[in-house]
Amino acid sequence: MTTLNSRVPEGPIKDKWTIYKDKINLVNPANKRNIDIIVVGTGLAGGSAAATLAELGYNVKAFAYQDSPRRAHSIAAQGGINAAKNYMGDGDSNYRLFYDTVKGGDYRSREANVHRLAEVSGAIIDQCVAQGVPFARDYGGLLDNRSFGGVLVSRTFYAKGQTGQQLLLGCYSAMNRQIARGKIEMFNRHEMLDVVKVDGKARGIIARDLVTGEIERHSAHAVVIATGGYGNVYFLSTNAMGSNATAAWKVHKKGAFFANPCFTQIHPTCIPRSGDYQSKLTLMSESLRNDGRIWVPAKIEDAKAIQQGKLKPTEIAEEDRDYYLERRYPAFGNLVPRDVASRAAKERCDAGFGVNATGEAVYLDFAAAIQRYGSEKAKIQGLHNPSKEEITKLGEAVIEAKYGNLFQMYEKIVDENPYKTPMMIYPATHYTMGGVWVDYNLMTTVPGLYCIGEANFSDHGANRLGASALMQGLADGYFVLPYTIGDYLADDIRTGKISTDSPEFDAAEKEIKDKLEFFINNKGTHSVDYYHKKLGNVMWNKVGMARNAKGLTEAIEEIREIREDFWKNVKVPGSLNELNPELEKAGRVADFLELGELFAKDALHREESCGGHFREEHVTEDGEAKRDDANFAYVAAWEYTGKPSEAILHKEQLEFKDIELKTRSYK
Amino acid sequence: MNLTLKIWRQKGPQEKGQMVEYKVTDISEHMSFLEMMDVLNESLVAKNEVPIAFDHDCREGICGMCSLHINGEAHGPDRGITTCQLHMRTFKDGDTIYIEPWRAKAFPVIKDLIVDRTAFERIQQAGGYISVNTSGNTQDANAIPISKRNADLSMDAAACIGCGACVASCKNSSAMLFVSAKVSQFALLPQGKIEAADRVRNMVKQMDEEGFGNCTNTGACEVECPKGISLENIARMNREYLKASII
Repeated sequence: MTTLNSRVPEGPIKDKWTIYKDKINLVNPANKRNIDIIVVGTGLAGGSAAATLAELGYNVKAFAYQDSPRRAHSIAAQGGINAAKNYMGDGDSNYRLFYDTVKGGDYRSREANVHRLAEVSGAIIDQCVAQGVPFARDYGGLLDNRSFGGVLVSRTFYAKGQTGQQLLLGCYSAMNRQIARGKIEMFNRHEMLDVVKVDGKARGIIARDLVTGEIERHSAHAVVIATGGYGNVYFLSTNAMGSNATAAWKVHKKGAFFANPCFTQIHPTCIPRSGDYQSKLTLMSESLRNDGRIWVPAKIEDAKAIQQGKLKPTEIAEEDRDYYLERRYPAFGNLVPRDVASRAAKERCDAGFGVNATGEAVYLDFAAAIQRYGSEKAKIQGLHNPSKEEITKLGEAVIEAKYGNLFQMYEKIVDENPYKTPMMIYPATHYTMGGVWVDYNLMTTVPGLYCIGEANFSDHGANRLGASALMQGLADGYFVLPYTIGDYLADDIRTGKISTDSPEFDAAEKEIKDKLEFFINNKGTHSVDYYHKKLGNVMWNKVGMARNAKGLTEAIEEIREIREDFWKNVKVPGSLNELNPELEKAGRVADFLELGELFAKDALHREESCGGHFREEHVTEDGEAKRDDANFAYVAAWEYTGKPSEAILHKEQLEFKDIELKTRSYK
Repeated sequence: MNLTLKIWRQKGPQEKGQMVEYKVTDISEHMSFLEMMDVLNESLVAKNEVPIAFDHDCREGICGMCSLHINGEAHGPDRGITTCQLHMRTFKDGDTIYIEPWRAKAFPVIKDLIVDRTAFERIQQAGGYISVNTSGNTQDANAIPISKRNADLSMDAAACIGCGACVASCKNSSAMLFVSAKVSQFALLPQGKIEAADRVRNMVKQMDEEGFGNCTNTGACEVECPKGISLENIARMNREYLKASII
């Protein structure tokens, strides 16, 4: 078994990044003009990287499958972005953010990367404010913060419930400035279908113009993958409909190791599913847990009555409610990390206390917060002996100011007024911590091929804390990659333009064309969605919130069967040379069908429970996850050898020099 | 519920389009509008027909990709939401629903219900940004206090999702609400003031070149905007434009 070289620089953890930046090779401005970089994906990571690399003087080609970079799914992030600014004076620091992230990730992330993330977090906020991102402010005109799960400070910056949107529009505007200058060539409605390697280095991609169907060759001196996570392997997730793993999976098949696929985050607060036709799940921001209290009925007969529609939640007396997070985790209460909150919800629902007609939901209740805020407001306004109605009205106004858009979204979907009756929520797949393995430079195991943002595995270990995805995407794109990629490209200043007229491009293009033709000509019996839903079912039931060896072994077999059936019987209508959404989906689902198997294989091999990966065989006496640091304190990086089942495991041993490995407790 | 759908089908930008009738049955009131379209498309695939192409992505009302004109209204009959957030409970059993793409000269149809909105991209590229490079050494985020009122107004303008409903709803196919939202976001912030005059001039120039119509203050855009972008932004842009013209 090879040991992976993570290329973490020497020195004390606080100085690594500074020393690294002082010593790397730089490319002079005149030479940057002769170097091309491809960036695939234009969310927070890709968008910020594309803009920054173009500002530096490189020629950037950026690719998005949507009709504009502004539509990448980073836009849907609601709650906020973390930064260790300590504007609240509540004891925050880079070290604390680093510590919280490593602990929150259940000690399965690389210390040096996480520390660097914490170090640059403050600069992200400075940069975004300079770009005109309208973060929330208090009456003194300074930036406001709120709390997220798994931490004891307020370090989350936000722009109403649309933080991801505003940050993305920030890097989109920076991109637009560079597109106008001609430094970014933007390819909208284009999808990368493969990476091209020349002499072992990533030198370009094959992309399909989704409007004309034309297959295009694009060359560059380096390729950056920033295409997000693989949550849609579950079919139902909070990801966008088009979110896919094709770019990440294709680079994996070309030699990039894929790390920790089983570390997937199931987010505790999503709107429960309502029927078989459901196409996606909608997240309710974690910020709601600042004020909402989570509960289920304490008595099983009440739960049954609710499930049958005979009882309303507002009719259940306070003493008959089980605020199970507050009961089990008094120190963090409703603000425990996501994995803990999700599992606790599942535990109650499995025990029969769920509240939807399906029994798969718990309540998120704002009644107490409305009363608390209402009384506070009444005092501020000098109202003496306010009536309960007055207090409720004032309190609802405060809640509306904080979460209005989320409440509106909920009401539109569920058709219930969450100001008057508690929200129903249930966990759903949301984020993937696993992804393409990268070293400290964010380079994959293929030279010249980089992977940033959610698509890589590096910073969140086995569980991501809230408001850290936006931080990582922007850290990678604005402040990390622009340094590390320069160090690599310094050797390429004499290479000259990379030709697309080479056997490597020919071969990659032919393979793509053959596959697309197969889909169109197969004329099978089942639609692409039929297979995607089948895969999603297996993933959710057997590789979901709780996993065991038997279920995982079955899942591997079942996924293989679905895949074989797919390649025999899939039906894709329409033709190649046109806008053809079914054809796009076919390629993506084909890749999910392979990734799903590796996912299950990884979950089967990891004989411990940690973070988002919960193995029923590995629990403590009180039902908490039981980690095995002696045997599994490593990153599992898989090498593709022709079949997902035959992937070879490489281990990157994780060393914790600055943080003591201990059992994660939120009690 | 059972519904009759009349849907615009058009093979390509140069082809002639037409309304085509489809029937859907057993539609649940809890379905979203686009899930109803998914059900229809699955049935078309089963019959070896080419499914209806429509833009969509996040399906939670924020990406701005979905863009249907439903019964003559952008994003359908409900208010304050996008098509993907519209639910079938808004309709009744037996209804006939007309589904068309955005209609505007500056938004040519690509296929069926999908239109080309890259005109919006070019307007943003003309000046929808603050010229600041990434360095890690910009001043501290709290160095310039911004009044909560202006920060909130700026955020309200920035909430625009760039879907194009304003253009589709306007009898003149004007893009003033969209452009003014971006101009306002920056004009309200101290960081944006330095380039304010150039920004508004360049963005308006590009808007005119793209073939959008003029604004005659009918206010249809504000009514149909899924994000409640206010007409006040247009007034603010007009002031900014006037200011920029006399300096």
